[in-house]
Amino acid sequence: MTEGKEKKYTTVSIPTTLFKKIERRIKGTGFTSVSSYVTYVLREIIAEDEVPEEPFSKEDEERVKERLRALGYLE
Amino acid sequence: MISPHGGKLIERLDFSEKSREEANELPRLSVNLDESRDLANIAHGVFSPLEGYMVREDFENVLEDGRLANDLPWTIPITKDISEEDKNRLKEGDTVALFYNDTPIALLNVEEIYTYDKKEYAEKVFRTTSIEHPGVANLMKKKEYLVGGKITLLNDPPTKFPQYKLWPKETRVLFKEKGWKTVVGFQTRNAPHVGHEYVQKAALTFVDGLFINPLIGKKKKGDFRDEVIIAAYDALFEHYYPKNSATLGILETEMRYAGPREAIFHAIMRKNFGCTHFIVGRDHAGVGNFYGPFDAHEIFYEYPDLKIEPLFFRSFYYCKKCGSVVNDKICPHGPEFRVNFSGTKIRELLLKGERPPELMMRPEVADAILQFDNPFVE
Repeated sequence: MTEGKEKKYTTVSIPTTLFKKIERRIKGTGFTSVSSYVTYVLREIIAEDEVPEEPFSKEDEERVKERLRALGYLE
Repeated sequence: MISPHGGKLIERLDFSEKSREEANELPRLSVNLDESRDLANIAHGVFSPLEGYMVREDFENVLEDGRLANDLPWTIPITKDISEEDKNRLKEGDTVALFYNDTPIALLNVEEIYTYDKKEYAEKVFRTTSIEHPGVANLMKKKEYLVGGKITLLNDPPTKFPQYKLWPKETRVLFKEKGWKTVVGFQTRNAPHVGHEYVQKAALTFVDGLFINPLIGKKKKGDFRDEVIIAAYDALFEHYYPKNSATLGILETEMRYAGPREAIFHAIMRKNFGCTHFIVGRDHAGVGNFYGPFDAHEIFYEYPDLKIEPLFFRSFYYCKKCGSVVNDKICPHGPEFRVNFSGTKIRELLLKGERPPELMMRPEVADAILQFDNPFVE
């Protein structure tokens, strides 16, 4: 690893009451800090926004089906 | 259908004669068969969203955080090592032809050449620096520099099993045609015993389709040979699997034996194939005693954004008292009633040319294995 590599973390502000609530919630769990808990929750939420897959073109799909039939995967 | 990892199925193919001929005029790097297979895995989207070998930023993030530089989960470095001599003759911006024997497999656009610390790599990825670990032993043989950059595939590498070779684009169409909205993927490097079958069928109970995806590639001594795994699964499918809800296709890449980190990597690849669920067994992708039996389960809790659902299974055994295949969670009886699906025992019997007991392995599967003089990697 390169020396002096910048760690890619930044600070966000949350209400102190929420921070304390999270501190209480993570006691006895695998989370070691409020930051790790908040990171976990945000990653879970952000992942929900993943772009839906672009469908294959009709031509592409037909070509694939032909190969699948030739291999015996489709009748 | 589940989105590919990162949202887009990567396709980096150029099978034109012109490009293949031009490759002969370019500076060359040699790749071995396993590297050729991984180039094809990148180009056909198995490793989506990777478009080539990792540049330093991605490589270091993967080691440090188990994520790419853009925060997407990724746990195994995908890299090409080069020598000092290669480093001196190549420069950033060059296009290099990657040759397997005399065949140009891919073009590589050199974006970055960088050094790396093998000890740190081993500690982060394999959780050990012991050269007794096969993944570490392989790593220590690698050259001193890594080259990163996007690749374009010119030729598919050779395969011994073309009739089982499916790419993510093909499995995605296949699952759609079969009407499977939920599909569970099963990774294996073994011929199936009854315990495997039980896990697969238990998972299939809850989803529309089962995709058995044996890993074909470099393995360690004592593992089942590739052709044996295929023959054994063929027998199992013929006699014991419903044709409309189970299918078999191979994945050609080497085993890294990186335990928990490799379990995440295995799940990502199956997500790209279109699987919504992934079976994670006891000591998944482990070797020897390097990992705890359920380390590969626990690591999934660090990845809430993985999107493919892991299905965790414990060890199964046959209980003489229950009269069925069970695990310690559902069976109250003591060890005296247990018949374990011991890989070692099964190997011993097969090596002697004997069928393992039917409680451990289907006779048709055993017979398929026993057709081979030596079913194991030497």
